[in-house]
Formats: sequence, structure tokens, C-alpha cells
Amino acid sequence: MKLPHFFRRKSSREVAKDRLKILLISDRVNCSPEMLDMIKEDIAKVISRYMKIDTQNMEIQISKSNTYGIGNRNPSLRANIPILDLHKSS
Amino acid sequence: MSEVIVVTSGKGGVGKTTTTANVGTGLAAAGRKVVLIDTDIGLRNLDVVMGLENRIVYNLVDVVEGSCRVKQALIRDKRYPGLYLLPSAQTRDKTAVNESQMRKLIEQLRDQFDYILLDCPAGIEQGFKNAIAGADRALVVTTPEVSAIRDADRIIGLLEANAFDRIDLCINRMRYDMVRRGDMMTVEDVVDILSVSLIGVIPDDESVVVSTNQGEPLVGSHTQAGRAYKNICMRILGQDVPYLDLDRSISFWTKVTGIFHKSQEGRA
Repeated sequence: MKLPHFFRRKSSREVAKDRLKILLISDRVNCSPEMLDMIKEDIAKVISRYMKIDTQNMEIQISKSNTYGIGNRNPSLRANIPILDLHKSS
Repeated sequence: MSEVIVVTSGKGGVGKTTTTANVGTGLAAAGRKVVLIDTDIGLRNLDVVMGLENRIVYNLVDVVEGSCRVKQALIRDKRYPGLYLLPSAQTRDKTAVNESQMRKLIEQLRDQFDYILLDCPAGIEQGFKNAIAGADRALVVTTPEVSAIRDADRIIGLLEANAFDRIDLCINRMRYDMVRRGDMMTVEDVVDILSVSLIGVIPDDESVVVSTNQGEPLVGSHTQAGRAYKNICMRILGQDVPYLDLDRSISFWTKVTGIFHKSQEGRA
């Protein structure tokens, strides 16, 4: 008997994949998750000078760029920063 | 034109030596002139996997130190006319050889062979640097486990930093029964995480242990691993070979046993 989907525990395959993805981000840039947090904070600070952003839901990621072609796989930093208000009111 | 391929992985015990032995033997079986170089100084193993351990006179360190000529150290494999092994030294360590010596050796061998395969030691120290020094392309071996994939990612980064533009991935010890249960990462997962081109998948196959016991590479045999290794060889030779549908060949049996189980349930 199969359990409904939402009762299903995450399979060990999915756990492994998720753990590796996070692990490799810090391995690839040779910096710790703590340092990534510091970068995130600093980015938030700078952008907050100009507009109101949602610091709770912002995320930064370092990934190998998906541009196809040989030797073109430098890591890139991507930030996803939700803007709450384009014109800073305060 | 000769091609120099380094077989590497970062993590130990994922199947570099087995892959070197089988890919090299497969290329020789296809009529190419091949030399396998064991660069794991101090921990040589390629000779036993190839079944040539009793015929070693000179080794890699003797050659680079000039104690003998390259030709004297090459062991000819009796099974295939174009297959040779240059064994490593067992009583020395990795610092006995440096990168420029390796480059010089490979340039010497280039005009005599179609393929030069380098079996790289585990780790990222001097032995790794020696093995990649003279290579044109790399074959990265990994297994579908977090530790092996993490190390493979690091190795791929180092290879890219050393201007390797041809890096192929070989996933070893794939267990499709575990994949079906959701307990092992799929081939697609691993390729997605490492984002390099895939050259082959070797199923976890007991016959690999048997072949290593006997010192006879199993490439080309009718075992699943033998067929998978042969396909890798053909892809190295530039042929477009479809991937084995290992999952289906197993699920056929699960279906058969499934019918059997059902009929038993019916009786019970």
C-alpha cells in the first residue's frame, strides 16, 4: 500500500543530491557557507541604500555558468533579491 | 596522431585502475597501439589488474632516472599485440618523479603509440600533478556517492585550471535496483551536478571482481561491465554508441520474478 505523496519521506537520493549541491557551491568558490552569508549581508546593505528589499527572502548562489562551449565554465554569482519598494521612502 | 588520456578521480577506490586496464585493453583489441602508464608510485596496482606482475624488470622511476631505456621497461601484453604496460615503482615515493620528466617521457612515447593512458593516483598532490602534466584529455571516474562526486568536482576544477578542454565523466558501480528504490542518485543527477560530458556508465557487476582476481580485463566480454567498457572504448575512438539500457534489462527480470511472485500469492 502506497502512502499519499505528502507523507512520503525524502528519498536518500534526493537528500544526497541536495546536500551535494549546497556542498559544491562552497567547495567551488573555496569559501565557507559563513563567508557566503557575510557576502549576502554586505550585498543587502549596499542595495538597501537605494531601495527597500526583502532581506529575508533574498538568496545568493554560486554556480558554474551554463553557457555551452569549452572552457567557458567559470563560476558565477547569482543573487535573487526581491524588491519591496523601488523608491526608498525613508 | 596519438592521444594522451589521464584516468583520474580524486577519491581512491572508485575504479581508476580497473577503468584504465579495461579501456586500454579495449582500445588495443580494436587494433590500436596502446601503452598504459601506472603513475601511482609506491602503490602500484595496474600490473596486478592486468595480470602482468610477474614480468616487471624495470619501472617508471628507472626510466625517468635514465637507469634503462623506455623500451626495456615496457611490458608487452601477450593477449593483444599492440598493448604495453609501463609499471610504476613500488619502493619509491611520488616525489621520485616530477612534471617535466613526465612530459619528456610522454613526448618520447607519442610517436610509437596511438593511445597513452595514464593511471593517476588518488589525491591531488604530486602524483596527480605528474599524471596530468603530459595529458591531452581526462577521463574522470566517479561512483554515485556523495564523497566520490565531491572529489570528482574538485578534480574537474583542477583540470580546468590546468587548461584541460576535454574532460569526460565515467560513472562506475551504478546500481539500478537502488536507483529504482530512490536510494541512489541517477546518472542524470550526477551529470547535472558535475556538468561535464558523460562518456559511459559501468554497472556494479560482480564479474569485475572476478576479472581482477584473474588478472584478465573483462572488456568486450558478455558481462554488463564488459559491454559498458567496450562502449567507452568505441566512444573514445569517435563512434556514436547508444547507451546500454541496463535498467530495462534488469526490469525485465523483475517483471518475470514479479509474475512468479504473483502466481505464488495466488496459490497461498
